[in-house]
Amino acid sequence: MTQIEESIKGWGRLKEKGHINDGMDLSAVKPLNKSSLAMRIILLFLSVLTIYALFTIDYKSIDVPKAFADTISNFKTIFLHPYSHRFSLWEAFYEVVVTIGLAFLTTLFGAVIALLFGLLAAQNLAPKQVTNMIKAFVAFIRAVPTILWVLIFAVAAGLGSAAAVIGMTFHSVSYLTKAYSESFEDLDRNVLEALTASGANWWQIVFQAVIPSSATYLLSWTFLRFEINFANAVAMGAAAGAAGIGFDLFMASEFYFDLREIGLITYLILAFAIALETISLRMKGRLHKRT
Amino acid sequence: MQADIFAKRRNESLIFFTLLAILTVGSIIITQYDVLKGFTSIAKALIWGCTNFYPDAGSMQKLADILPKLWETVLMSIASTTVAAVFAILLALAGSRTTRMNSLFSVISRGIASLFRNIPLVAWAMVLMLAFSQSPLTGYLALFFGSFGFLARAFMETIDEVSNNAVEALQAAGASYFHIIFQAVLPSSMPQMISWLLYMIDTNIRDATLVGILTGTGIGFSFDLFYKRLDYHAASLVVLLVVITVIVIESISNYVRRVIL
Amino acid sequence: MALLELKNVTKYYNNATPALSEVSFEVREGEFVSVIGPSGAGKSTLLRCINRMIEVSGGEIYFDGVIASKLRKRDLRKLRTKIGMIFQHYNLVDRLTVLENVLHGRLGYKSTLAGVLGRYSEEEKKQALEIIKLLGLTDQVYKRCDQLSGGQKQRVGIARALVQNPKMILCDEPIASLDPNASKIIMDHLRNISREMGITLVVNLHQFNVALKYSDRIIGVNKGMVVFDGAPEDLSAEQISDIYGSESGDLIIEPGEKNAS
Repeated sequence: MTQIEESIKGWGRLKEKGHINDGMDLSAVKPLNKSSLAMRIILLFLSVLTIYALFTIDYKSIDVPKAFADTISNFKTIFLHPYSHRFSLWEAFYEVVVTIGLAFLTTLFGAVIALLFGLLAAQNLAPKQVTNMIKAFVAFIRAVPTILWVLIFAVAAGLGSAAAVIGMTFHSVSYLTKAYSESFEDLDRNVLEALTASGANWWQIVFQAVIPSSATYLLSWTFLRFEINFANAVAMGAAAGAAGIGFDLFMASEFYFDLREIGLITYLILAFAIALETISLRMKGRLHKRT
Repeated sequence: MQADIFAKRRNESLIFFTLLAILTVGSIIITQYDVLKGFTSIAKALIWGCTNFYPDAGSMQKLADILPKLWETVLMSIASTTVAAVFAILLALAGSRTTRMNSLFSVISRGIASLFRNIPLVAWAMVLMLAFSQSPLTGYLALFFGSFGFLARAFMETIDEVSNNAVEALQAAGASYFHIIFQAVLPSSMPQMISWLLYMIDTNIRDATLVGILTGTGIGFSFDLFYKRLDYHAASLVVLLVVITVIVIESISNYVRRVIL
Repeated sequence: MALLELKNVTKYYNNATPALSEVSFEVREGEFVSVIGPSGAGKSTLLRCINRMIEVSGGEIYFDGVIASKLRKRDLRKLRTKIGMIFQHYNLVDRLTVLENVLHGRLGYKSTLAGVLGRYSEEEKKQALEIIKLLGLTDQVYKRCDQLSGGQKQRVGIARALVQNPKMILCDEPIASLDPNASKIIMDHLRNISREMGITLVVNLHQFNVALKYSDRIIGVNKGMVVFDGAPEDLSAEQISDIYGSESGDLIIEPGEKNAS
């Protein structure tokens, strides 16, 4: 209370100007704390690397202004005159469905495996050693690019949908394990305590409390991953010979040089991707409401 | 009544799992996915991996070829992300509900962000390939366009979430538009934006591998070369180096995130 | 002469029922006016119409000799520098220091470039520090605002308003998010601002007993209309139930008790 009394006494003096200045350093409005220092360092570091990179790119092998001009005219053709004489719109549509099928299988396999891993990686459900082990394993999987997983499996299974699905499943597992385990960790610990106290065993707790109460979030995360997997499936079609619209995109660009066909394919992918994005934005809204 | 609830639950799960089963079978048929081959290949791949897919002494000699490519890839990823981030901030300021100039601009900006985000990276790479051929610029620009869309949307969400209240206060104090951007919006959203930036660099290094395979640049090209020559020892060395790079950058970003957030 | 005058101010949002209908009153220089009423009565809208954070649909607002409701952009900024504002949720930039947040009150006086770079004169910094000291925040000057308690944050909000050298301060539910102790400190500070510095205060409150204790005059609002305008002593139990609706009967203490607290 004394502090308030003191400040109240000060009010009368306010209008007599400038006699309160007890040696504070007025030049520094913002003393550097650790956080803003770290931000400055990282931004400086990134800018320097960026400038260095932009200056050391090998520009000599191509005529840069011409390439830019060509690209712009290419984009014009792509977006203004989409058309294909190799296949009908219906056939292209079917190929997108194939890509969606790949994404679906990948997400499903990923989700099933990640459910188990997620339970084992949640700190409130598993011992610490197991949790750490799973987390390290998952981090390793994530560090290898998806395309490399697919190509590695392609050696054993041959290029095609089998290798693509298995390879992409790896990344889905790592992503979903992290998301699921965090959902599980958010659970009310009292519920777990209550069930343990009533003598339920681990599996009973998992199936009666953990999964039912986080089901909505699990589904939302799974759908978000499905959206990512769709983009991945397009990429794997192009780069690893998996079936679907990605492969057609690759053929149109690398073999037929058919800009108008690229245009048609891009529009189709865009339409599906935006539809998926719209749904997943809603799902995200649901995830946000929780916090 | 109680029995009804249980029956309803059961029916719901029944419908859900039936639907799931139909979709699964449908997908398997339509993608011609060989289930048996798929799962047996995991075991096969593991065995093959242990016997063939590891760096040996011979592959170490190729390190001199691989490391410059890796460095090039890392630089490209960082440069494309940072430059994309600068443009993304401008678009995000124009598109965010708190900082937009007017609603028409905002809708247009959001549309642009969504367009760039949803055109797949491979499409950018393939189109750029046509004019830029095997130049490193192809990969750089492809990553730039992909990151631009993603970051613009992430930044918009950040600005929307973070700075609403303070903007109101500064408006009430008579501050101008640019005062508000620089004194309230950017200071409060900067840490979150840097966090997205670091995440994007991480993602781009992995995606650079994909783009490299498609366009013949950077570390992806090295991998593709060894892979197609069946030099799996060298290919595995490339994978190992990518993994190390990604994990190192991920740990740096995690550390930075802990300090700034 | 009245510092602030509202004439038939009306505000429609999208729907047919007005948020404010034909609101008229005057506020003299140096007065401490409380606006009371139930939630959703239009108190917040009323306050924000005065400094035009919300545009009115009809009627006129005069402030300090000018027609506030007709001002153009640049003059509006000038007007807002003369009117401070304090918010329920403090509306500070959490990641900046106390001093920086207080100095935000000076932005209305600054050129775009100086404000963007955050360049403040020695005079301004000195004044900010004086005000910070008067509000008992000297130890917190360089602390980030997300490390402060609610009461401390609101004091930063008050300091930010004071540093504008305002003629009037609008307070939108200044104590609605605070505990009783912190509330008392904030209300005492507001009373001192009114008495010692002669600054006019218009304060939205939903606790009428606080309003009775601190204000020179009370304006009761219900359903967008002024239903009471007079001295606290003149407010009868009947009129209170007019303002808050008949349901509030039990809650109402005898107006005579107000001096006991």
